[in-house]
Amino acid sequence: MKLPFRLFHFAAPARFYGLAGALVPWCWAVFAVFGVAGLFVGFFRAPTDATQGDAYRIIFIHVPAAWMSMVLYMVMAFWAAIGWAFNARLASMVARAVAPTGAMFTFLALWTGSFWGKPTWGAWWVWDARLTSELILLFLYAGFLSIISAIDDPRRADRAGALVAIIGSVNVPIIYFSVKWWNTLHQGASVSLTTAPKMASTMLTSMLLMTIAFWAYAFAVVFMRSRAIVLERDNHAQWAANAALGARRPMASRGMQT
Amino acid sequence: MIWNSASEFFAMGGYGLYVWGAYGVTLACLLVEPVLARARHRQALRALGAEDPA
Repeated sequence: MKLPFRLFHFAAPARFYGLAGALVPWCWAVFAVFGVAGLFVGFFRAPTDATQGDAYRIIFIHVPAAWMSMVLYMVMAFWAAIGWAFNARLASMVARAVAPTGAMFTFLALWTGSFWGKPTWGAWWVWDARLTSELILLFLYAGFLSIISAIDDPRRADRAGALVAIIGSVNVPIIYFSVKWWNTLHQGASVSLTTAPKMASTMLTSMLLMTIAFWAYAFAVVFMRSRAIVLERDNHAQWAANAALGARRPMASRGMQT
Repeated sequence: MIWNSASEFFAMGGYGLYVWGAYGVTLACLLVEPVLARARHRQALRALGAEDPA
């Protein structure tokens, strides 16, 4: 079968570098539009909650950040596994690029959750199954990042990182189902595909807009970081040298310093 | 309209510290991370011989 396009066209670092660079501004545009819309609906349209007052407004960033922390872990493990199984260098580089962003969203899920837990539960932190498994997720990201930076040979580091990422991925369903499997202080899922949402539609709208914004953010930053990683790794390739030459600012914007 | 004044908005019904503490740190993280990623990219370009990379 002949495909109308080449499936692995963008698996070449040089082509990926160009494509990612072209996509970054669009990702930022989507982030800005959906972020502003989400915050507007969340702060100026969604009503004050009857039981939690305005403290509940943390949900608009807490739930999207927690979703991103889990999704990005699976994305990282997926590309790390592909990079290992098929000896695909670019896939391993993308896995490396995803990790810091995933770790940041995990931190934000914990941080915003803590700032929500204090006024509603009376404690910044409890050793509840949901909170504990999310904290383990942060340690798994940290483990992946430390192991790839501890091994000098980049491909060996990629494989060791992939092993950590794949084994750690069992934690993601544990986080997701923790509120069902254990009797947790943390509330159950706010949104599910099988039941009606347990909140006002404006609240749900804001949360979903913020989720799209966070997705776009993650794409933008991961593309930016992958471009840096690709250049660092391919630093002996002619295309990378050409990219560096092309990256020079035009004379006009450099002012009179010549 | 939910809020009658700007101060009511910032007070968040008495939960201002928690709401803005959560949002403030999130905003700070989302501002710092792209700056770091951009710096790393520029560093990679400089290492390849680019002067004053855009």
